[in-house]
Amino acid sequence: MKAAVISFPGSNCDFDMLYALKDFGIDVQIVFAKENNLDEFDAIFLPGGFSYGDYLRTGAIARFSPIMSAVTKAANEGKLIVGVCNGFQILTEAGLLPGQLLVNKNPGFICEEVPLKVVNNNTNFSNAYSLNETIMIPIAHGEGNYFADDEVLTELENNHQVVFRYGNNPNGSLNDIAGIMNEKGNVFGMMPHPERAVEKVTGNIDGQNFFKSILSGILNQA
Amino acid sequence: MYLAKIYVTYKPSILDPQGEVIKSALKRMDYADIQQVAQGKYFEVKLNAKDVDTASSEVKSFTEALLINQNTETYRFDLSLVEDEVEA
Repeated sequence: MKAAVISFPGSNCDFDMLYALKDFGIDVQIVFAKENNLDEFDAIFLPGGFSYGDYLRTGAIARFSPIMSAVTKAANEGKLIVGVCNGFQILTEAGLLPGQLLVNKNPGFICEEVPLKVVNNNTNFSNAYSLNETIMIPIAHGEGNYFADDEVLTELENNHQVVFRYGNNPNGSLNDIAGIMNEKGNVFGMMPHPERAVEKVTGNIDGQNFFKSILSGILNQA
Repeated sequence: MYLAKIYVTYKPSILDPQGEVIKSALKRMDYADIQQVAQGKYFEVKLNAKDVDTASSEVKSFTEALLINQNTETYRFDLSLVEDEVEA
C-alpha cells in the first residue's frame, strides 16, 4: 500500500501526518498541491493547516488547486481519502463530503484534548476501536462547527455515516458530529487530530487505532 | 467595464456567532437599541463583458462557484458600468 499526504501552501500538519503514517510502516510520501496525478497511490491524506491562508472560507481556495481533481478521481475509484481538520474542511468544500465547517459557536481557536465517542466501528477508519468506546484526541481549530441541513443530517444518521461524536461538544457541531464518511465509506473527514496522538512521549496514544483501522481496511481490500 | 458589488450573508436559518459576539459587545458599550447584527462579506469585482446581462450571469456563476458556500450562505449584487482604468 502506498499513501500520499497532500501538502497545500499553508498546510502545517503534513509532516505530523507523514510521521504518523511512517510510524505504522506505511510507504508514504508528500505530494504537492500543484501536482495533478495520484494514480500510484492507494490512500490519500489531506492534513491540517491553513491552506492558501484559508482566505474566503476554510478550504475554499484549496478545493480548486490542481491536485483536487486527482483527489476527486481517486475518491470516485473507491480509494481511501482521509481529511483531518483543514483536510476535512477542504473535502466538504469540494463536495466529497456533505455539509460545511462553520466558525465555532463561541468564536475563537480551541486547542485541547477532547473526548470522542466511536459511534460506528464498522468502517475503514474506526474498525480497531470498540463500539461506543470513548477516546481522547486533540483538537485545534477555529472553524469546526459542523453544519448540514436537516435533510443531509437525517441521511447521515440513517446511513450510519457519523463515525465519531464529541463527548462534550466544544464547537457547536450539529448532532455532536466530529467525523463523518461518505455513503460509500471510502471518504472520511474529522476535525480532531489522531496523528497527534500516536506516540507515548506525547502523552496520548488514542489515535493509534485510527491508523490501525485504515491499515486493516487496506489489507482487506488487497 | 463593469463593477460588481457582491454582498454575502448567512442564510437567516444559520447562527452567525460572529454577529452575536459583536452584538453583545455593542450592548456592553451601551448601544441598548441594537436588535440584530449580521456579519457578512463584501466583494468588489471588475470585469469586462459585452453587456449587462452577460456581466450579470458571469457574476452569478463565479459567486456561486467560489465566493459563497451554498450550504449556509446567500448573496446579492449590484452592477454598474465603470470607466476602464488608464494603463500606467
